[in-house]
Amino acid sequence: MDDDSGAVRRSPWATAALAAIPLSFLGAFFIWPVASILVTGLFPGGSFDAAPFREVLTDSNLLGVAWFTLWQAAVSTVLTLVVALPGAYVFARFEFPGKRLLRAAATVPFVLPTVVVGTAFLALVGNNGLLGVRLDGTIWAILAAHVFFNYAVVLRTVGGLWSHLDPALEDAARSLGASRWRAFTRVTLPLLRPAIAAAASIVFLFTFTSFGVILILGGPGLATLEVEIYRQAKQLLDLPVAAVLALIQMLGVTAILTTYSRHQERSAVEQHLRPAAEVATRPRTRGQRVLVTGVLTSMALLLGGPIAVLVERSLHGEAGYGFGFYRALGQGSRTGARIVDPLRAVGNSASFALVATGIALLVGLCAAAVIARRRGQLSRWFDTLLMLPLGTSAVTIGFGFLVALDAPIDLRAAWILIPLAHALVAVPFVVRAVVPVMRSVRQRLREAAAVLGAAPHRVWREVDLPLVARATAVGAGFAFAVSLGEFGATSLIARPASSQTVPLAIYRFLGQPGTLNFGRAMAMSVILMAVTATSVFLIERFRTPGPGAF
Amino acid sequence: MLAVLDVTVRFSETSALDAVSFSVADGEVLAVLGPSGSGKTTLLRAVAGLQPLDSGRITWDGGDLSGVPTHRRNFGLMFQDFALFPHLDVAGNVAFGLRMQGVPPKERRRTTTEALERVELPGFENRTIATLSGGEAQRVALARALAPGPRMLLLDEPLGSLDRALRERLSVELRTLLERLQITALYVTHDQTEAFTLADRVAVLNRGSILQIGTAEGVWSQPASETVARFLGLRNLLPGSIEGSWAATAIGAVPAPRGANDGPARLIVRPEAFSIDDRGTIEGVVRSRLFRGTDYLVEIEAGGTVIEALLRRAPEPGSKVRLAVEPGGVSALAAPAVAGGANVSSGPAPPPEPRAG
Amino acid sequence: MRTYLAALLILAVVTAGCGDDGVATTGGTPTTAAGVVRLLTHDSFLVSDEVLDQFTAETGIEVEILAAGDAGLVLNQAILTAGNPVADVLFGVDNTFLSRALDNEIFIPYESPGLASVPDDLQVDPEFRVTPIDFGDVCLNYDKEAFDGLVPPQTLLDLTAPAYKSMLVVENPATSSPGLAFLLATIATFPDDAEYTWHDYWADLRANDVDVTEGWETAYYGEFSGGSGTGDRPIVVSYASSPPAEVIYAEEPLDEAPTGVVTDGCYRQIEFAGILRGASNPEAAALLIDFMLSEAFQEDIPLNMFVFPANRDAELPVEFLEYTTLPQSPLSIDPATIDANREAWLDEWTTIVVR
Repeated sequence: MDDDSGAVRRSPWATAALAAIPLSFLGAFFIWPVASILVTGLFPGGSFDAAPFREVLTDSNLLGVAWFTLWQAAVSTVLTLVVALPGAYVFARFEFPGKRLLRAAATVPFVLPTVVVGTAFLALVGNNGLLGVRLDGTIWAILAAHVFFNYAVVLRTVGGLWSHLDPALEDAARSLGASRWRAFTRVTLPLLRPAIAAAASIVFLFTFTSFGVILILGGPGLATLEVEIYRQAKQLLDLPVAAVLALIQMLGVTAILTTYSRHQERSAVEQHLRPAAEVATRPRTRGQRVLVTGVLTSMALLLGGPIAVLVERSLHGEAGYGFGFYRALGQGSRTGARIVDPLRAVGNSASFALVATGIALLVGLCAAAVIARRRGQLSRWFDTLLMLPLGTSAVTIGFGFLVALDAPIDLRAAWILIPLAHALVAVPFVVRAVVPVMRSVRQRLREAAAVLGAAPHRVWREVDLPLVARATAVGAGFAFAVSLGEFGATSLIARPASSQTVPLAIYRFLGQPGTLNFGRAMAMSVILMAVTATSVFLIERFRTPGPGAF
Repeated sequence: MLAVLDVTVRFSETSALDAVSFSVADGEVLAVLGPSGSGKTTLLRAVAGLQPLDSGRITWDGGDLSGVPTHRRNFGLMFQDFALFPHLDVAGNVAFGLRMQGVPPKERRRTTTEALERVELPGFENRTIATLSGGEAQRVALARALAPGPRMLLLDEPLGSLDRALRERLSVELRTLLERLQITALYVTHDQTEAFTLADRVAVLNRGSILQIGTAEGVWSQPASETVARFLGLRNLLPGSIEGSWAATAIGAVPAPRGANDGPARLIVRPEAFSIDDRGTIEGVVRSRLFRGTDYLVEIEAGGTVIEALLRRAPEPGSKVRLAVEPGGVSALAAPAVAGGANVSSGPAPPPEPRAG
Repeated sequence: MRTYLAALLILAVVTAGCGDDGVATTGGTPTTAAGVVRLLTHDSFLVSDEVLDQFTAETGIEVEILAAGDAGLVLNQAILTAGNPVADVLFGVDNTFLSRALDNEIFIPYESPGLASVPDDLQVDPEFRVTPIDFGDVCLNYDKEAFDGLVPPQTLLDLTAPAYKSMLVVENPATSSPGLAFLLATIATFPDDAEYTWHDYWADLRANDVDVTEGWETAYYGEFSGGSGTGDRPIVVSYASSPPAEVIYAEEPLDEAPTGVVTDGCYRQIEFAGILRGASNPEAAALLIDFMLSEAFQEDIPLNMFVFPANRDAELPVEFLEYTTLPQSPLSIDPATIDANREAWLDEWTTIVVR
């Protein structure tokens, strides 16, 4: 009965003002550039040419590629959910030493450049692999790598909402005769559905546009649409076909997203959110202890395995183990030039990440406020639009910037493009992390604030924001990590050579033979991992001061 | 002064409020009494500005409130489940309204301390909401609503979630507080005892319409209709004929209500007005009895009708019994068919409240 | 907390701005001041600061370097912005893409006096729209340790012999520049009109268990066994400059290179620079190109980018002379032919080797 009640329903003006920020951001830095590049590709010389469409749609290989792209993304998403949900459960319901650190550390795989992860995986499951089984060139290596990369998304998005769910609901179900499993599937799972769907949508989009993993671990036989787009843009310089493929990719993504958002609205439920600290307890029974240990161990193996390989390689030089490669980071070769100034690369990456996170938070929170409170078609389209950059080829975005952003100001070579591109990809994380929690805030609290004199925007600031503070921190942590590890779009933007980021530096090290180069690339990767884990850990500790551990 | 004028609120097909009109004078406490689904919460929310009206007006001191958003009405609202902010401590909650008003921190702290003292929770400033008991939470919610100095207090079944003993104690405390503060209040509840304890006047609301408004004693002694009577828990509705100081009914002769006219009337005999008396005018047979601690609820068949009586001692079921009715224990319903929106005012000096035993 | 975050944000913006190498780059319209020339290039570009400073000292012009991905992507970007470029000079077009670049008319002609020191076979464009700056040879590298006692392959055809079964790793020409160069080398060696064509060759390679990776890093670091490679295949498609790199970037000093070069079947990649049409500072651009052909710049190239200088008078570093051999007659195919057939060749190769 109190859905969309009068006064606390924002006036249409206020909603429009809130929506204006994300809309103008997307309009200027996504819609306009992407439309420009697609038009350039599909209307060569000013007139529409149907030939590339015909070419693509009649090429059975390309259609096979599209199909492969779809099903490998679907399977990867399901697999990641299945593997990571137990982890989300353990992190939501149990307290154990090092929990916060572990959670921050779980985001590390997210930021690693695929070339680095690829060689680590090859070390494990490739030729000579440590694990003895040869998986490279098969779909299994790709799936494993996808789970590795995206574990953190499920862990933190689902875990975030789960840690606020009232366990009393499950207890009630069990007292009514439901077994533990049934209580989970009938009570908890439906309540978690918004967060699960949010995480699934992100993982799906990432794996749908997966590029490096497919190339390195899949080998030449397996290709996704993204790989094809790169091929067309890079090698063949065939813009029309690349544009058609990018269009197909975007349409596919839009279709999936629309289904997702329609489903999402129906399953959001207002409920009593409990402070996370109240919900999590130390494992008490033997069963619980076994579960926690089991999940943590498998996390350590899955996520830690490849990371351990990288760390080992960064320390293992010809003279045995040591920090030689790290020391060598500061020196060049016998030439005068330093390939990379590691401190500057880290500084650049961190600065870009801070700016990108700031933009993503501003845009994302405004968007979340609009999406969480309004239901209906408009809000669904808005949500889909926000997610679209995740599902768009980096080539499309990078080239789009080039073609579109030369007027009124020529931004084409400005450093700000880099954090803007990062923010485009980071905004969905903020929205996805915040909206399910925001939707669960009791309307009653907002009304209480209004009655006490809070104008609508202040209601949002005083009630919604603090209650979603943790979710916001989760979103911010993601945004930061995404920015640190972003490589695709960054490499495509014409940037001052001195604004090199850490992933670019790693690629540069790997660009030449030599054990020193390889070792230094590994060392930089480890530094990237450490910087990521630390920053995410610190960001998570930023919460509004006050008793409620929200 | 609050005036609700012909207010209608509709949810899809049904009317939650149907042309409701009443007013609350400055300093007065008006209780809106009604069962679940009667629309009383909707009414409160409409006054607070949380619920838009389909028709009608709400005015304060003559000024129309329809253009005024909730956060500018300066009405205090106490929710049924208190709706305390979980992310703020007690002081944070209480000071919230002051903060919205832009009161500087030092003064805020002072007012908060005063407010907490007033509700007898001194020193509770830094407690977290989660650690409060029901009674403490209610008082924090009250302090929070009162701290900004609202011009009217709206209370939505604030004692509903408390246990009985606490409820009784707090309703008295609340009454004292409201009197002391001389604050205008609109109090919504389904519990008639609460309504009668706290309010100066009572409005009975059912299915979106006001059935009767009057002082507590007035409504109690002269319910406007059968519905009101039934809601007030008044049973023993008997058609009868008044002649002088007695009325003839199916169960026997009962004393006529004071000031009633001769002729046919619908009478209500309150269960606690019966007593066992060998010289009583009612003869009947006990059908059942229920021990309630302080008394027995006894069903008696007399003259073909079943009546309920509250007796100190009760004979066994099946035994014959003779009952007398205390004068003043009988009310007459007002003229039949009092349709929605009637403002039936109270009668003359009300008889003392009959108590059990 | 809000103010803290705001302060952090401001700090970040300031740091990022100061992160630049002394040259103000805040976006905005390309400067028309004579004081700055912008160079657009790929991510592998590297030149010593001292050399750039020398240019500035000589001409008073600052060099601003913009990097944007690899050679193919950078060229594509230049084509997209033809007439309204983001920079003055483009460096990094190679001969496999040259035709495409010239067809799209992204350069304006400029004949640099430094061309006098450049061998004729490097000067591919008679209209001087592009200037050759360096060249690299894509050659097979082999692991000396693995071939201790065995004879390493001498020619391309050797690779189809049973003795070298399961030894070769190549890169996918569709996604890798050296991979494409190697494919072109095989096409040049076994042309379509010969009895034994490159189709046959690759079919034989496939039968001989050739391994294909997507990129050079995976092939070299992941599959190759020689030098810094961690794999188990002793023959890889790489560069003639790879063995010297192994020596220079070895942890402990080496006496000899751990890998060797097969001089048969090498493909020459020439890298060009050109003045972009619509550049805001074409005069400075011309000066930069002249400087890029000067000995100071050319001698800086090998140890930074591991390619060979176009200027024949530039001295090669000792490691380049000692640890590798330049092929006598490297292969190359006419850029226009490449442009016309590239897609078909890639499709055919994919059919033969992958599917």
